[in-house]
Amino acid sequence: MSGFAPAGDPVIPDYGDVSQCVANNDLFCADWFAAQWPEVFQPALLEHILMTVLAIAIGFVISFLAAVLAYRKRWLTAPIGVTATILYTLPPLALFQLLVPLTGLTLLTVEIALVCFTLVILFRAVLSGLTGVPEDVKRSARGMGMDQGQILRRIELPLAIPSIISGLRIATVLTVSIATIAAFVVDSGLGSPILKAISSPFNTQFIGAGALAVLLAFALDALLTLLGKALTPWTKARS
Amino acid sequence: MDAFLKAGPFMAENFSLLLEKTGEQLLLSLVAVLISLVIGVPFGLWLGHVHRGEFLAVSLTNIGRALPSLALIAIFIGLVGIGYANVLLALIILAVPPILSYTYIAIDSVDRDLTRAARGMGLTPLEVLWRIEVPLGLPMAFSGVRTAAVLVVSSATLAAVAGGGGLGDVILNQVAYGIEGVVAAALWVAALSILVDQAIALLFRLVASPGVKRVAAQSTSAPAV
Repeated sequence: MSGFAPAGDPVIPDYGDVSQCVANNDLFCADWFAAQWPEVFQPALLEHILMTVLAIAIGFVISFLAAVLAYRKRWLTAPIGVTATILYTLPPLALFQLLVPLTGLTLLTVEIALVCFTLVILFRAVLSGLTGVPEDVKRSARGMGMDQGQILRRIELPLAIPSIISGLRIATVLTVSIATIAAFVVDSGLGSPILKAISSPFNTQFIGAGALAVLLAFALDALLTLLGKALTPWTKARS
Repeated sequence: MDAFLKAGPFMAENFSLLLEKTGEQLLLSLVAVLISLVIGVPFGLWLGHVHRGEFLAVSLTNIGRALPSLALIAIFIGLVGIGYANVLLALIILAVPPILSYTYIAIDSVDRDLTRAARGMGLTPLEVLWRIEVPLGLPMAFSGVRTAAVLVVSSATLAAVAGGGGLGDVILNQVAYGIEGVVAAALWVAALSILVDQAIALLFRLVASPGVKRVAAQSTSAPAV
């Protein structure tokens, strides 16, 4: 099994001088968490952010192109949608393990799997944003002499931003959560301290890493909400 | 690629093992989903019927989505210990939010004119809920159950780390079963999730009224995110 600490690697280092909290294995030992932050939790958090952002960026580019294509050629919507839905239905652990024989215990394996899970949400979000643009608006744009490319860039995409942002928010939160499972494949991200502590249950390590993952999800969600507001200044005037 | 070629013979040789693990996983998932339905549906129906608790439904969905299943199972190892109860509890916590919030949205978003008309015709609140809101909200409520069930079957694969059994036992035990065993079990569990998803879609088609189904079929061509 990959991802587990090699035998002999202490899960709770520094046995000599532990606080009462650590000795009792209480729910959360702030002192221990603070001591482990620079070596365990901070690097894990940064790796987790990197994994998530990379997956969302790649997933977004693929979904965006697929959605624009499906918007132009409507018959493509069903096959792309069904493929993405099937990928989404697969259990993350299964998809990771199915990729391992092909791409090994690498970050590439993790990213391919994470990207697969973002596709269905992002594809639907972009497509429903584009199809939600009122016909009248498009007709006016055509009447003003815009061609198809101009209508897409200057009318349809800006109006699709709210839908795209809400898709990005859902996909990001999900990816943060699924990326903990990546620790079964590579020793990276917030899942890694969790997996290492499973063989000798230590609550602070579980709760610390789990809480960081949840907080990261909320923080990225809030950032995307702000980005959405900044990109659509006209919605503020309306409300 | 070799592992994929050997996965077929592995499945044939270890068919009874895989069946047994599938049974464990399905039973665990079924119990978790049923308990979550018992918790989530009445609350969702009630909140939706009185059109209150939008904030609760939205924040539950967000928190539910952000909770990493691995972290949840790990935290319960500390709190509840290794075993079935741990995993069951974690799965219920994962499944209740989508069930509750989808049920709430399903009932809440039923056209108010219809419920007003029903009240005007003399239906009691309970009749309005049961004869108007539930049938019309069924497609949305079912997609919540579908989301929850797929999530539970997926996460139940992780149950193995806490001694909860299931196909994760094989996927996470490459030492005993080899890479072909891991691949075989992963393919198996992938097929299982898709089957569960489709089975619930089929169940919906069996219980929904014909009119509601027609509307649902039209709206799935441009699904809401």
